[in-house]
Amino acid sequence: MHKLVEIVAGITSGSTTATAVVEEHLARIKAREGEIHAFNLVTAEQARKDAAKIDEDVKAGKVVGALAGVPIALKDNMCTRGVETTCSSKILQGWKPPYDATVVTKLRNAGAVIVGKTNLDEFAMGSSTENSAFGPTKNPLDISRVPGGSSGGSAAAVSAGFVAASLGSDTGGSIRQPAALCGVVGVKPTYGTVSRYGLVAFASSLDQVGPFTSDVRDAATLLEVISGHDPMDSTSIPQPAASLVSVLDQGVKGMRIGRVTDLPEGCEPDVLERLEAAFDAMRNAGATIVDVKLPSLQYCLTAYYLIAPAEASSNLARYDGVRYGNRVDSADLNAMYAATRESGFGEEVKRRIMLGTYALSAGYFDAYYGKALKVRRLISDDFARAYQDVDVILTPTSPSTAFKFGSKTDNPLAMYLCDVFTIPTNLAGHPAMSVPFGVGSDSMPIGIQVLATTMGEQTMFKVAAELERAS
Amino acid sequence: MSESISKETVVKVSRLARLSLTPEQAEKMTSQLAGMLEHFRDIDALDLSDVEPMTQPYPLKNVMREDVEAESLDRQEVLDQAPAAESGRFRVPPTIGFDV
Repeated sequence: MHKLVEIVAGITSGSTTATAVVEEHLARIKAREGEIHAFNLVTAEQARKDAAKIDEDVKAGKVVGALAGVPIALKDNMCTRGVETTCSSKILQGWKPPYDATVVTKLRNAGAVIVGKTNLDEFAMGSSTENSAFGPTKNPLDISRVPGGSSGGSAAAVSAGFVAASLGSDTGGSIRQPAALCGVVGVKPTYGTVSRYGLVAFASSLDQVGPFTSDVRDAATLLEVISGHDPMDSTSIPQPAASLVSVLDQGVKGMRIGRVTDLPEGCEPDVLERLEAAFDAMRNAGATIVDVKLPSLQYCLTAYYLIAPAEASSNLARYDGVRYGNRVDSADLNAMYAATRESGFGEEVKRRIMLGTYALSAGYFDAYYGKALKVRRLISDDFARAYQDVDVILTPTSPSTAFKFGSKTDNPLAMYLCDVFTIPTNLAGHPAMSVPFGVGSDSMPIGIQVLATTMGEQTMFKVAAELERAS
Repeated sequence: MSESISKETVVKVSRLARLSLTPEQAEKMTSQLAGMLEHFRDIDALDLSDVEPMTQPYPLKNVMREDVEAESLDRQEVLDQAPAAESGRFRVPPTIGFDV
């Protein structure tokens, strides 16, 4: 039993127990985690206790939550009180947060059983998990290939059946790209619909938490639980969570589906074939395909790789060896800062801090960061124009299937190009999700990305459900 | 804009970012950053004079809450996670009397 909704139904009806479900998943972890390395930490004992408590509640006839007994993994950049949270960085190794992220509290309140913390590219900076200070995660479908990133551990954990669902964070595609590469569903919600309180900040105007699941219905169920206004996050949209499960069977008849005619180049042919098959499926289901132009999309990498590092250089200034994390002792404060950061951060994190500091520094601010913010506006305006004519847009999630380890590590720009289809959504703040839609010539999964406008989750999920039915 | 970045600039930026790079690291960083900045020149062709910068995706303004007492983080629990603490405070190396 893998599916979240089936697990909840089984536990609440008494046909299985939370203990049996958690043991089944822990056994799978034991069997394959050694070769996959999806987790930085497996909290087996606490998971068993939490499952036993759910079983007691069910036995006593108490009302249990929407995720009662569901084994869930958290990306290791979400704060868990008293449980190590590392961001896969040496600088935070050993840190036990003094509070829970809002999404963690919401999961617990809904009865989820948290099984562990998953591996990621250090501070969520990367597209393959090869930037983790603790070693990469392997793609469960072919361990010679990357699982994608940065939430590669969360994607792999669902793909391998270690958990029924997991949470990741998405700053430029870090949920959708690994979901596509591991053959699972991954959702980046509208910016502000899921609280960022307790999510370790990377680029605050782009970061968003979202679910990984094995199907669309599970994703809708989990997203309903974690969404909603949070006074602890000042960028949280003051609206209640949208109802998503209720719209899944409504179909796409009469819907206008956008096909981007000026899509950035560099996509593998079998990925483009699956995209055409997705349009055919939508047409067969009664939707109309409408051509749209997004001319500023070609500038998205430049805008993103100036804005995200700029925000990161500011956010990561807090790792100074004073309040948390690790310190390299030195004779004076400034030497301590530099020695701590030099030893604690990996190469990619340093590269982005440098790029961001440069883009924000006196004399360069207007030429780089200032311009990037204006390009961000152009991209957002392009989408606004397109959404006058269409309800959703379909693109590939990733230009290729899962690639081999080491094939992009020497060339940062080649790695950055993995995110060319996912980045625009983050810049605009819109929702988007990846749905598995067939495989490539290498038998590895291909994901189709469904994009919608701000707060367009219901429409997005209708299309995602239709894609899933057609796949 | 976008002249190529020099090694001297990279060393200066690394000081601003509180990162101490070895000469070899500074060399490598200079060439990698130069490559990226070269790619970023694509936006030089755009006329952005009338475009309003976009700093955040959802236009929330002046988000306020009532100023009410609430539980805050436990001081000891926070200090327990610090690299060095003493008498209820974070402990740091000397901050004055050294070149900054």
